[in-house]
Amino acid sequence: MSAGLSGGGLHVLGPVDQIPVGEGRAYGVAGEQIAVFRLRDGSLRAVSAVCPHKGGPIADGTIDRDVVMCPLHQHAFDLETGCSTTGAGPLRSYPVFADGSQNVVVRLP
Amino acid sequence: MTALASRGRSTPADTRRRLVVIGNGMAGARAVEEILARGGAVQHRITMFGDEPYGNYNRIMLSHVLSGEEDAGGIFLNSLDWYRENGITLHAGVRVEKIDRFAKLVFSDDGRATPYNVLIIATGSRSSMPAVEGLYTPGGRLLPGVFAFRTIDDTQGMVSYAQQDHQRRAVVIGGGLLGLEAARGLQSHGVGVDVVHSGGHLMNAQMGPDGGAVLRRSVEALGIRVHTSSRTTAILGGDKVRGVQLRDQPDIDCDLVVVAAGIRPNVEVAVTSGLPVERAIVVDDHMRVPDEDEIYAVGECVQHRGEVYGLVAPLWEQAAVLADHVTGADPSSVYLGSRTATKLKVAGVDVASMGLQAPERDTDEHVVFSEPSRGVFKSIVIRDSKIVGATLLGDSRKVAYLTQAFDRGLPLPEERVSLLFDLGGPGEEAGVAELDGDAQVCNCNGVSKRAITDTVRGGCTTLSGVMDVTRAGKGCGSCKLLVRQVVEWAADGAVDEDPAAAYYVPGVPLEKAALMSAIRDQGLRSVSAVFAALAPAGAEDAKSKMGLASLLKMMWAGEYIDERDARFVNDRVHANIQRDGTFSVVPQMKGGVTSPEQLRRIADVADKYNIPMVKLTGGQRIDLLGVPKEDLPKVWADLGMPSGYAYGKSFRTVKTCVGQEFCRFGTGDSTKLGIEIESRFQGIESPAKLKLAVSGCPRNCAESLVKDVGVVAVDGGRWEIYIGGAAGAHIRKGDLLATVDDPGTVTLLAGRFMQYYREHANWLERTYSFVPRVGIEHLRAVIVDDAEGIAAGLDEAMQRSVDSYTDPWAERNDPFTPGQFRTSLPLEVLPRVPVR
Ligand SMILES: Cc1cc2nc3c(=O)[nH]c(=O)nc-3n(C[C@H](O)[C@H](O)[C@H](O)COP(=O)(O)OP(=O)(O)OC[C@H]3O[C@@H](n4cnc5c(N)ncnc54)[C@H](O)[C@@H]3O)c2cc1C
Ligand code: HEM
Ligand code: SF4
Ligand code: FES
Repeated sequence: MSAGLSGGGLHVLGPVDQIPVGEGRAYGVAGEQIAVFRLRDGSLRAVSAVCPHKGGPIADGTIDRDVVMCPLHQHAFDLETGCSTTGAGPLRSYPVFADGSQNVVVRLP
Repeated sequence: MTALASRGRSTPADTRRRLVVIGNGMAGARAVEEILARGGAVQHRITMFGDEPYGNYNRIMLSHVLSGEEDAGGIFLNSLDWYRENGITLHAGVRVEKIDRFAKLVFSDDGRATPYNVLIIATGSRSSMPAVEGLYTPGGRLLPGVFAFRTIDDTQGMVSYAQQDHQRRAVVIGGGLLGLEAARGLQSHGVGVDVVHSGGHLMNAQMGPDGGAVLRRSVEALGIRVHTSSRTTAILGGDKVRGVQLRDQPDIDCDLVVVAAGIRPNVEVAVTSGLPVERAIVVDDHMRVPDEDEIYAVGECVQHRGEVYGLVAPLWEQAAVLADHVTGADPSSVYLGSRTATKLKVAGVDVASMGLQAPERDTDEHVVFSEPSRGVFKSIVIRDSKIVGATLLGDSRKVAYLTQAFDRGLPLPEERVSLLFDLGGPGEEAGVAELDGDAQVCNCNGVSKRAITDTVRGGCTTLSGVMDVTRAGKGCGSCKLLVRQVVEWAADGAVDEDPAAAYYVPGVPLEKAALMSAIRDQGLRSVSAVFAALAPAGAEDAKSKMGLASLLKMMWAGEYIDERDARFVNDRVHANIQRDGTFSVVPQMKGGVTSPEQLRRIADVADKYNIPMVKLTGGQRIDLLGVPKEDLPKVWADLGMPSGYAYGKSFRTVKTCVGQEFCRFGTGDSTKLGIEIESRFQGIESPAKLKLAVSGCPRNCAESLVKDVGVVAVDGGRWEIYIGGAAGAHIRKGDLLATVDDPGTVTLLAGRFMQYYREHANWLERTYSFVPRVGIEHLRAVIVDDAEGIAAGLDEAMQRSVDSYTDPWAERNDPFTPGQFRTSLPLEVLPRVPVR
């Protein structure tokens, strides 16, 4: 389950169903704030939850298969890499998947 | 800050020459691009120093950043990645202080000594600060509220200062290009602006007094006050700006001063290092500093054959010549100076000027046309049948041709008037065809006609595509028309009419009408179904979701399949997201009428949830600001009032005046009608927000003339309906749609108009754009006279939407999705909005 000393490793965040399809929810994980999105194809993506532009709540953003758009000023970020496609700084991206019992699992470095 | 790019290459084996560039602005970066384009990276290891802590950006676009049309992040020409990818070491935010020409070292303020084999100085210039009293604090800094206009930091400083503390008035010192741009930009922050200019007329470097007078009229028509022949003698204030003092004229009160009174080349480094400096750093025709084989200079910091330039076009030419010599690509290349034909958009006005402003000899011909009411002025000076000078204001159509005739000394038509206008003769098309391949189309980004035609022939046949590839038209924007003409000409009529521009949303390649019929024919009831059926490769597109959701709801009303992820966060949680990620709650208060009971409940809620700010809105309601997402359902429950829809692209409010019941002037019951209208149309979604008003008499206290739909009671119990008004970022008086006899008809026609707007307007197109685009006559024919026989259909469609209304705040007891109101702002939070 979780945690080396620095909080690295795998963290279980609870059932996938907590995240409606096509939306995101924010989690606090070992002191980091992570937005997890559930795409319409069922796959998951995880990026840092605070917009590098002016601190917007990324989990409230609008997504498609590739990007999330911050709700405050509509900067867009690639969901895989966290890189901005609109010239803002990057988000951090984290490996994330659903385990056998349909729980969201995120890996921290 | 030192942003470091790949050091990987500077291994001991690296025998390349060290190329150091001082100044990371438009000229320095362009010179490096030109060097790289000539394979210069093989011979050179490149290091750049820039005083500003950024990559290179398009300084010209600062005016757009100031006006808010462009985000500072959007004007970068070279991102930090660019430096990295090209193996350039960039020291951003580091200032060079001195060059040791003998030891070939550059000393910078981070204590570093950097060796060079080749040096390029591209330090540009800065705003020149006039000697007026009170400009500086005793500590030697600019008085708070005084700004130069040169860098991103200046611009952002100005924006945040203009927005805080209710700054109301600004004075711009200088009525040239920069000053007028600053004035226009500040206006968009709601600041009143006076331009104080010491010259006898505006832009006196570019035009004579007659043109200046026409320009003044155009500028004043924008609401900018102009004072010419006015010298600023002091900045008043002491601790911060409170006004400016003028010679022999009354003081002007203001909270902000922008100094745009000319520029001064940055030559300090060159001077202290013993390089030849007159007005600027002297260079020869190879862009080399005389007697220094390895030192070059380029851009606004140089003086070439006695000329110092203050615009970008010359520096593109300089950078190319410099690169030819640095790389040895073309040792015969020379720079012979630039003819300063400038073509600009200043404060929204097209300005072109070249050569002489006025005739100088008795034998010079002068062709002048002036139409001040339209802001058009054209003046051409001809000597020996050649153009030696021209000024054009407010109409840029002949500029390309005139510039070329001026540059090349082309013979002119006998009929001089055809220099000014197209008189059924060879039109613009031919004009474009005649343009030489080398002719510069976009001065801001240095793009020639050939670069555009090559791009088109390479297969890119949309205007926006060509603009993206070549950057043409992406500077001040004055050349867009010409770029379009060149693209059309090069594509031989086969221009793909920029399809994307007409799409309703970017991700589905259909215009609104076609999109609606496809949706209807295929029975697409959800946003994901639309993407799957109509988007390229069935791909979702985040930017398109909200527009589609609104359209589908409008079309299907109760049958719409509501996928919550398609909504913008505001519509998911029925509140308006604020800059700190909290939300604002605005309960419905129909017609702006409330009761002691409601007020008491609102007050209790504000106490109970520690609402940081309670504010009256412009729409006559009460706004509870700073509510965390997780509190929203509880707040709504305790309020027990329905949503006021202050967050959506939807029908918002109806402002009313007190009207007949109480007002001694009233002729109609405006409050009652306003409440009826709001009750009927509450919450219906639309392409953009709809704000309404009803006033009880033509005194118009509810400001009905500047509303999307505004109603005014007039004598004899009649009602006027205005549509397409606005008083926000845009000001427009609404057009009179109809005058009717009874309130019932008002509601009917207002509803019919709103439905027509919902079906035909583009996404995010407010009525103030829609109404003039479609035309009031057409709207009147359709809506009042039912010329197209669709009135009944419109009424029915609107009725369906009305019937499907439910109060979104009812979701408080039964969240629609899991975690709908869970916080997205975990743990410690973000920028805090100050609480009063
Ligand atoms: C608001 C605005 C609008 C404009 N609009 C237009 C327009 O519409 N059309 C047009 O043609 N021109 C326009 N201009 C002018 C145009 O921007 C300049 O001609 C152009 O930027 C000059 O390029 P440059 O590289 O010589 O100078 P700059 O772009 O100023 O670059 C010089 C850089 O060198 C840095 N520097 C200076 N000294 C040192 C040092 N000692 N060590 C390290 N770094 C140093 C500076 O910080 C700066 O970043 C406009 C300018 C402004 C400010
Ligand atoms: C007997 C005459 C009038 C009295 C006593 C009066 C009083 C007021 C008061 C008390 C306010 C509210 C101020 C506030 O919110 O702080 C107000 C607002 C306003 N008044 Fe008047 N007024 C009168 C006539 C008029 C007239 C004739 C007009 C229009 C020509 C007008 C236009 C306005 C407007 C536009 C507002 C602001 C509305 C808003 O808050 O959105 N008033 N008036
Ligand atoms: S618009 Fe006319 S009726 Fe309404 S409050 Fe103003 S003066 Fe009175
Ligand atoms: S805070 Fe995210 S885009 Fe501005």
